[in-house]
Amino acid sequence: MGQHSENISKSKLWGGGGSPFRISYGKQWMWMFLVSDALTFGSLLTAYGFARHSADSWPIGEETFNAMPFLGNGYPLLYVALMTFILIVSSVTMVLAVEAGHRKDKKGVAKWLLLTVVGGVFFVSSQAWEWYHFIHGTHYGSVLTAEGWAVVEYLNGGKDLILKFGKGVIVDGATAQSLFDGATATMQGANLIENEYAPEVPQYANFFFFITGFHGFHVFSGVVFNLIVYINVVRGVYDERGHFEMVEKVGLYWHFVDLVWVFVFTFFYLV
Amino acid sequence: MAHDAHDHHHKESFITKYIFTQDHKMIGKQYLVTAIIMGGIGIALSALFRLKLGWPDDKFPLLESILGSDAAPDGLLDSNWYLGLVTLHGTIMVFFVLTGGLSGTFSNLLIPLQIGARDMASGLLNMIAYWLFFISSALMAASLFIETGPAMAGWTVYPPLSVLEEFQPGSGLGMTLWLSSMAVFIASSLIGGINYIVTILNLRTKGMTMTRLPLTIWAFFITAILGVLSFPVLLSCAVLLLMDRGFGTSFYMSDIVTSSGALDATGGSPILYEHLFWFLGHPEVYIILLPALGITSEVISTMSRKPIFGYRAMIGSMLAIGFLSFIVWGHHMFMTGMNPFLGGVFTFTTLLIAIPSAVKVFNYITTIWKGNVIMTPAMLFSIGSVSTFISGGITGIILADSALDISQHDTYFVVGHFHIVMGMTAILAMFAGVYHWFPKLYGKMMNLRMGMVHFWFTIVCGYGVFIPMHFLGEGGMPRRYYENTNFPMFDHFLDLNVLISIFATIGVVSQVIFFFNFIYSSFKGPKASQNPWNANSLEWTTPVEHIHGNWHGELPVVYRWPYDYSKPGKENDFVPQNVPLDADEEEH
Repeated sequence: MGQHSENISKSKLWGGGGSPFRISYGKQWMWMFLVSDALTFGSLLTAYGFARHSADSWPIGEETFNAMPFLGNGYPLLYVALMTFILIVSSVTMVLAVEAGHRKDKKGVAKWLLLTVVGGVFFVSSQAWEWYHFIHGTHYGSVLTAEGWAVVEYLNGGKDLILKFGKGVIVDGATAQSLFDGATATMQGANLIENEYAPEVPQYANFFFFITGFHGFHVFSGVVFNLIVYINVVRGVYDERGHFEMVEKVGLYWHFVDLVWVFVFTFFYLV
Repeated sequence: MAHDAHDHHHKESFITKYIFTQDHKMIGKQYLVTAIIMGGIGIALSALFRLKLGWPDDKFPLLESILGSDAAPDGLLDSNWYLGLVTLHGTIMVFFVLTGGLSGTFSNLLIPLQIGARDMASGLLNMIAYWLFFISSALMAASLFIETGPAMAGWTVYPPLSVLEEFQPGSGLGMTLWLSSMAVFIASSLIGGINYIVTILNLRTKGMTMTRLPLTIWAFFITAILGVLSFPVLLSCAVLLLMDRGFGTSFYMSDIVTSSGALDATGGSPILYEHLFWFLGHPEVYIILLPALGITSEVISTMSRKPIFGYRAMIGSMLAIGFLSFIVWGHHMFMTGMNPFLGGVFTFTTLLIAIPSAVKVFNYITTIWKGNVIMTPAMLFSIGSVSTFISGGITGIILADSALDISQHDTYFVVGHFHIVMGMTAILAMFAGVYHWFPKLYGKMMNLRMGMVHFWFTIVCGYGVFIPMHFLGEGGMPRRYYENTNFPMFDHFLDLNVLISIFATIGVVSQVIFFFNFIYSSFKGPKASQNPWNANSLEWTTPVEHIHGNWHGELPVVYRWPYDYSKPGKENDFVPQNVPLDADEEEH
């Protein structure tokens, strides 16, 4: 028994003709995993579409997300655009790392991989900041008036009060003031149960937290994978192995996570 | 990394050989034994709740001694526990026996053996997949032993019933265990499924082109693809349910009024859950069925001593079934207030499935037609499987129609339909697989006479249970009801229910024949020869004793398809795949 099992080694496991996809099973594994993960995100985003479609109103991205670190409010979507840009740039550095791997350029792989990790860390921390801001809420929050919940806003430098009700109804002037004065409850910020941006649509914050959180967890895992591979690169593990395919595999995962973010960004911020 | 272990082979300890093994054959056996144990639990539960349905007012001290005094005070089954038993019966049979058990056992055993590979692409991940399956089985079984009982919302665990403990005692810890078990199960299925796909694509031996693969492998391949595409959706669906249960979100919950006032939740939709669930749920039916159809193809061709009729049509129809299974989920939801036009679309796509299914059935029949049929237990079970596929499929055409479904929805008609077409077809094929490949699994032969007795008990009792259910359903009797004695219109069905319960009890008890045969034969059965059925596919060219790496020396080279039975001009009525073509011989 022993002598025959010696036949099974990595080089002899595949005893057949040309591999149909001309890629290793490990890379194929990653592709299949990404297919299944795409379906997970696909169903979450479909569920999001379902909920948004059946809700009476849904906040618009540029009104909710208009804060910049150190600068305050008034910069709609600017910070998330920066985050997205950095994440996409980190995909570029990943491509360069894979390319350096093909040339067996260990220093190049290490350099570009480290830059990818930096981009990923920046993205995850930015998301944490974005969450903090989302949870903390705006200055004014929402109020429960006799007509129902309304988001409070001041125009013209804090002079003119307006109340935004669901279904796109906006009230201003004296009516707004009297409704505001008679308000019976206020709400500020967001959590899983209620949120000021859409006081009657908890699904807004539910899906925001869940989908961006799930994606953020993917980015975080990607950073961890990239770090592990980076350490292996520096220690020369792949030089010994003779190829840098591991970099390609984590690269596939990284590009996938970036691609998913493009969809998440589109659905939560742009439309 | 996984293969480094093979490089320096050493004497294996009990633990590396039988428990944390990375050998696909042993993993296949682990799946089989786990599935048999889970199957025993699953069918035993059905016998217990059939007692209540057949004899609603009788007291069964047996129930109290098995389930305890909470579940069956004075031998009368508690209504919540009734639902708990129904839920666990469904969950165990669908996921643990017919998904994990059927695909897990035969994909693991047959994929490397029939494609000519040393082992799975990743032995380590294969082992992890089995142990996740084991953990999820244990979690599911454990939920029977907690005070508030197992999940009680039916195997589909629709919200809001499954969300709040105040609705049902089983929505507490039982439901948590159910969801945790399913999450682990999904991970196991994904890892296992990806491994099967990658192995089939990448590790085929020389000459084993895709069109020389046995139909079993094609079936496992398409099944694994369906799993990889549909289980992630169930994962999302279940995780959102967990959020609703534990973290106060309102994905599926709205401001339902309960005895303690309206819930905090607003705006969520249980229909969203149904969409997500059935997007998995329908492909799941084919995840169960396709391996069964693959096994029957192989057994019927071998035992008829004839090439399978329409090999490419068989592959094409499986691909068509696989594709269609993703666009028919709405037929489970005709009664949710769906737009009638959309209902029409789903009716159309559902009816389309009848075409590839009929192609398969006709191909089976024409394969048997004028064949040299050898009636082994495996052949009997395969024919039985085709028979139930036909008789259950016909009622499927009725249920597929959104107008006819109005009167049949959630009645015993549905229960009868899916138990015949999915449950029986798959379980009969699973038995066929066990009888057919037992020589490969344990190197021993099973007792054929006991196998035949087992078959006749199973098929007669199966039909005896499920055919009458169609009449109950036509009469309007709803499924999942604890008792129907309060509805005078169902009184005249009581005798029919008694009949069903008698058949169910006999059917369940008769499985002891199988358990006995299985255990006895695996120890004391006569030693199997290398190719006891004179079959063509590559697994019968491996030594009877399992060895690491499957073949001594070089891997076999394949020259022909696996269905060269009774080929004109050949001495034997079978030509194994690794026999080269003669100079003037044409490939089938």
